[in-house]
Amino acid sequence: MAVQLFVTCLVDALKPEVGEATVAVLEAAGCEVEFPADQSCCGQPAYNAGFRSDARRMARHTLDVLDGTDGPIVLPSGSCTDMIIHHYPGLVADDPEYAAKAERVAGRARELTQFLVDDLDTTLRVDDDRTIAYHPSCHGLRNLGIHAQPATLLEGCERASLGSEEKVCCGFGGVFSVKQPEISNLMLQQKLDAVETSGAAVLCGGDVGCLMHIEGGLRRRASAVEVRHIAELLAGER
Amino acid sequence: MEARVDFKGRLQRSLDDRGPASKVEFMVTRVTANAEAARQDYPFTDVMRDRSRAIRLHTLANLDIYLEEFAEAAEANGTAVFFAGDADEANRYVVDLAAREGVELVVKGKSMVTEETELNAALQRDGVEVVETDLGEFIAQLAGDTPSHIIGPIAHLSRQDCGRVMSEKLGIPYTDDPDQLVAAAREHLRERFLTAGMGITGCNLAVAETGSIALVENEGNGRMTTTSPRILVVFMGMERIVPTFGDLSVLLNVLARSGTGQSLSVYTNLLTGPRRPDEHDGPEQVHVVVLDNGRSSMLGGDLAEILGCIRCGACLNICPVYRQVGGHVYGSVYPGPVGSVVTPGLWGLAPWHDLPQASTLCGACQEVCPIRIDIPRMLLRLRERTVDQGLAPAWLGWSLRGFAKAASSPRRFASRERLVARLGRLGSRDGWIRRLPGPARGWTASRDFPVPSRRPFRQRWEERDHGGA
Repeated sequence: MAVQLFVTCLVDALKPEVGEATVAVLEAAGCEVEFPADQSCCGQPAYNAGFRSDARRMARHTLDVLDGTDGPIVLPSGSCTDMIIHHYPGLVADDPEYAAKAERVAGRARELTQFLVDDLDTTLRVDDDRTIAYHPSCHGLRNLGIHAQPATLLEGCERASLGSEEKVCCGFGGVFSVKQPEISNLMLQQKLDAVETSGAAVLCGGDVGCLMHIEGGLRRRASAVEVRHIAELLAGER
Repeated sequence: MEARVDFKGRLQRSLDDRGPASKVEFMVTRVTANAEAARQDYPFTDVMRDRSRAIRLHTLANLDIYLEEFAEAAEANGTAVFFAGDADEANRYVVDLAAREGVELVVKGKSMVTEETELNAALQRDGVEVVETDLGEFIAQLAGDTPSHIIGPIAHLSRQDCGRVMSEKLGIPYTDDPDQLVAAAREHLRERFLTAGMGITGCNLAVAETGSIALVENEGNGRMTTTSPRILVVFMGMERIVPTFGDLSVLLNVLARSGTGQSLSVYTNLLTGPRRPDEHDGPEQVHVVVLDNGRSSMLGGDLAEILGCIRCGACLNICPVYRQVGGHVYGSVYPGPVGSVVTPGLWGLAPWHDLPQASTLCGACQEVCPIRIDIPRMLLRLRERTVDQGLAPAWLGWSLRGFAKAASSPRRFASRERLVARLGRLGSRDGWIRRLPGPARGWTASRDFPVPSRRPFRQRWEERDHGGA
């Protein structure tokens, strides 16, 4: 099956190895991966900061790039998938041409773990003997209902629990972490405490934004906990 | 309401003294756990929430009709109904009433709407003594403090703090034993209940078909306030209507469960007019002040949904931002996620535009809301208005606009990516940046930032393609 990879701007620029791992995993699952070369950013940072017309500009570009390609559009990010599925339609609603594109593209967009587990019913599992904690990113968890899929991919692994902090936001929030760095940091430290006391050797998740935030905090603490995107664990990278 | 601006200053105070915030965290953690248990124990949570939402949205869409129905029914019961356009009108009605009736002492049940109108100050200016009787409000009043939570006004105080305040202000020996503190408050307040000429309370919900006021509470002070003084004044926001008693029962099913984790509050007071000739107690006069103060301007707009809020406080308790900073940082009577929408909605965005920014849009508020109010959506709309009104910081506009421009042109995006990677490596040690300049310096105060890759994914993909793998 042909799938279109929308790699997201953060993966592209900051964590390209997550993109490579995503390709490896999709290929291992039997997909033929295509990468629409003109893709850039879905526009979520501008959208969440209230810069609607700039977000619309990026949404239209992304829709131009993705509409007309074939097969599911897979993203290694719940947050960007949520943006495309739930916010694009409203963002371009006043333009019938783009509204139609948004509807088609939203119907094809899938977050990676959703696609692997729900659509492909994959037998791929993370094969890693370390203790792994999972951080559910807010938009994936609450807006896409991603919860069981990563658990399925991690079954067989030794899991560490983040307890009551598991579903609490890490404080990233995109531009929020720059505009409100102090509040963001208070939230981050609480998450880091939970990660460090969980006994996990690895923290994994499905969104590079939250993961780089958490990793940046763990590094500052000189923590031994490693941070990985779930695609990297699935691809067997360590 | 006077805008209390300077979000940054208040935040700095909270950062400098983490004491109050840690007490907030203690309180809301417990309440959230109780509410979650109540949600899971109650088999009808989802259906009751759906029904509650439908009732609230239907009422808001027909608010004029139900307000009229309520006023007619209430007046038929002998209740005086006064529609106040703003806070001053509402306060003046009560001040005039107190003067006319020779009231010297007022006992008050908990009411956020009277906090909104700053009624206490208005009465005191006119020489009327006002005593808060909800224990939390009572202690806040003694301390000269303001509520930091809509249902737990002194969430930011510990019981030791309460003991100190009560010892100092009431002249009792210091204790932090809750039972002894409650006993001292009860002794102090009982005399006031018996001598006050007027009771003032809020209103959780008002029933249109019967003209009744529903008031829930846990301490019995609400019952004392509504039954003991000769005159009762109820303050309500104009949106606080339900059509029927049946609707009220649906909402009461979700209110306490969401707010405190109780199946039902200890006291559910239903007030339908003044004392009748054959009744032994109850007020001789009942007045209901229905407050607009900006609410009607929200009806029909993209923030109208927030008027469906039943003030359970669940969104405050679950909000990771509220938990970290507490209610006073918001600067509004209504803090937390609901307050970040209501406050600029009622009193304008310009003085309050920091509030919708104080959220990661994590969505926990919407998930926990018994009315399923889409708070994140409204925070986004308010952020858009903030940009449209030129209230967003200039640096943010430049950077996001530049990014949007680059991102819409593939060639420019790729070259910008390479430039950023080159710049990043200048300040890096082992692939992480320890100090960023300008507006991003706050980020690296407590966390490293990853250096953009020398070889972005798109380049790797191209090389792989050309490598013919």
